Amino acid sequence: MTEILANINYWVTIILMIAGLYIVAAHGNMIKKLVGLGIFQTSVYLLFLSPGKILGGTAPIISEDFDLYSNPLPHVLILTAIVVGVATLALGMALVVRIYEAYGTIEDDEVHDMEKE
Amino acid sequence: MHLPALQVVIPLIAATLCALFRQSFLAWLITLLASWLSFAIAILLLLQVISRGVISYELGGWVAPIGIEYRIDLLNAFVLLIVSGVGAVIAPYARRSISQSLVKSEQSWFYSMYLLVLTGLLGVTITGDAFNIFVFLEISSLASYVMIAMGPDRRGLTAAYQYLIMGTVGATFIVIGIGLLWAMTGTLNLYDLSQKIPLIENSRPVLAALAFLTVGISLKLALFPLHLWLPNAYAYSPGVASAFLAGTATKVAIYLLLRFFFTVFGGVDFFQSTPLPEILFVLSLLAMFACSIVAVFQSNIKRMLAYSSVAQIGFITLGISYATEIGLTGAIAHMFNHAIMKAGLFLLVGAVMFRLGSVKIEDMAGIGRKMPITMAGFVVLGLSLLGAPGTVGFISKWYLALAALQEGQWWAVALIVAASLVTMLYIGRVVEVAYFREPTKNMDQLREAPSSMLIPAFVLVGAAVYFGLDTSLSVGLVQHVASSLINATY
Repeated sequence: MTEILANINYWVTIILMIAGLYIVAAHGNMIKKLVGLGIFQTSVYLLFLSPGKILGGTAPIISEDFDLYSNPLPHVLILTAIVVGVATLALGMALVVRIYEAYGTIEDDEVHDMEKE
Repeated sequence: MHLPALQVVIPLIAATLCALFRQSFLAWLITLLASWLSFAIAILLLLQVISRGVISYELGGWVAPIGIEYRIDLLNAFVLLIVSGVGAVIAPYARRSISQSLVKSEQSWFYSMYLLVLTGLLGVTITGDAFNIFVFLEISSLASYVMIAMGPDRRGLTAAYQYLIMGTVGATFIVIGIGLLWAMTGTLNLYDLSQKIPLIENSRPVLAALAFLTVGISLKLALFPLHLWLPNAYAYSPGVASAFLAGTATKVAIYLLLRFFFTVFGGVDFFQSTPLPEILFVLSLLAMFACSIVAVFQSNIKRMLAYSSVAQIGFITLGISYATEIGLTGAIAHMFNHAIMKAGLFLLVGAVMFRLGSVKIEDMAGIGRKMPITMAGFVVLGLSLLGAPGTVGFISKWYLALAALQEGQWWAVALIVAASLVTMLYIGRVVEVAYFREPTKNMDQLREAPSSMLIPAFVLVGAAVYFGLDTSLSVGLVQHVASSLINATY
C-alpha cells in the first residue's frame, strides 16, 4: 500500500492514460472520442510534471535562503504541450461541427454507413 | 550563417503573411517564393554538411544541451532536400489546381496551411531537440488535417477527423516516450541523449520509451497495420495536398524512426538486441503484399495510390529492419525515390482530375488518347514504382534485394520481386483502361492539362528517370548517409 502511495502520481498518470485511450477506441460518438483524447493528453502532462517536482523544493529563483529548487523545465514544456492540446481539441471540434452539417450525425458508424452508399 | 534557422523561419513567416493578406494570387506568389527559398537553403545546407561535416546551430545563442540546438548531419540534410524539393516542385502546380478546386475565400488559407506543413516537416527534420520534434510534428499535423478537410466532398471531413484522432494518439505516444527518456536522463537534446542512453539502455523505462516512440512514429509513418488513416486522407484531400503529403509527411516520420533507432538509442547493436528488427520485417512484408493487393481492387485512383503508398513504405521499413549498410542504403534511397514517384503520380492524377473532374478509374477509359502527355508521365512513373531498370525504383529495390541476399534470404528476394509484380497489376490496370478501352462518355471537350501543371509533374518524371541513370545522388550520396548512420557520426 505504501509502495502505491509513494508513487501515486505515476498510478494516476497510468489510469488517466488508459482511460483516455480506451474512450478514444471504444466510443463511436465523435465528441466523446475527443474527450477521451483530451484525457489521454492530460495524463502526459502529469507524466512530465511529476518528476520535476522535488519535495520541499521551491521555485527556481536563486536566493540565499533556499538551496533546494524544483526543475522548471517541465512546466515550460507542458505549457507548450497544453497549447498543442488546445489547438488539437479546437480543430477536432470544428471538424465535428462540419461533419454534423454535412452528414446530420456525429456517430462514427452512421457516418460510415452513409459513406458506403 | 543563420541558414538552419532560416530554413524553418522563412516558410513560417510566409504562412502568416498568406493568412494576413487573404488574397489568392498574392498568397500563391508568397508560397512559391518561400518554398523555392527553402529548397535553395536545403541545397546549401547539404553542400555545407558534405564539405564540412555536422552543422550545429544554437537557437538564440543558448548553448546545447540547455538551449535548443539545430543539428544537421548527412541524413537530415538529405531529408530536408527531399521535403523542400517536393514542396518547391508542387508550389507552381498549386495555382491552377487550387483555383479550380477551392472557393476564392479558402484559397489563401490553403496556401497558409501548405506552408505550415512545410514549416513543421522541415522543423522536425532539422531540430536536435526531442521536445521540439513533438511541437513541429504537431504544427505539420494540425495544418495537414485542415488541408485534408478542404477536400472536394464531405468525405474529406471524416478523413481529416480520423487522421486527427490517430495522428494525435501517435503524437502523444511520441511525447510519452520523450517524457520517459527525459525523466531518465534529464536531457532533451538528441546528441546528449545518444551519449547518455547507452549507459542505461536496458533499464525498463528506456525500453518502454523505445516501445512508445516506435508505436507513435509508426502511426505517423503509416506502418501496416497502423495505416488506417492514410487511404482516406490521401484519397479525399485536394490534389495538391495529396501529392505534397504523400511525398513528404511519411518520409519525415521514417526519418524520425531512423534517428531514434540508430542515433538516440545507441546504434545498430542495441537495435538488433531488441525484437524490433523481426517485428519490422514481418510487418513490412505484410504491408508490401496486403496493401498492394488491396490497391488492385480500388475504383478510385487516388485511393489506389494511397494504398500503394502504404505498400511502398513497407519496402522502406524492410530495408530498415536489416540494419545493415546495404539495407539502409536501400531504405533511404527508396525514401527519396518514393517521394519523387508518388508526388509525381498524385500530380498527374490531379491533372486528370482537373480536366476530367473524376478520379474513378473506369471514367478514365480512353483518356490516353486525349491526354497523351499526362498519361505518358503516368506510365513512366508507374514503371518506376514497380522497379523497371532505368528508373529510380529499380535502384532502391536492387539494394533491398542485395540486403536480403547478404542475410542469405533468397526467399525474401523472391518476395520483393513478387510484391513488385502486384504493383504491376494495379498500375497495369490503369494503363489498360486509359489506353485500350473505348471512351465510355463523350470526351470531345477533353484537352491536355495546362502546362503550369504538366511542367512540375514532368520535373518529377524527369527526376525519376535521371536519377535512375545517373546514380551519383541517388546511390552515391545515400551510401554515405547510410554509413554515417551506421557509424553513428551525429
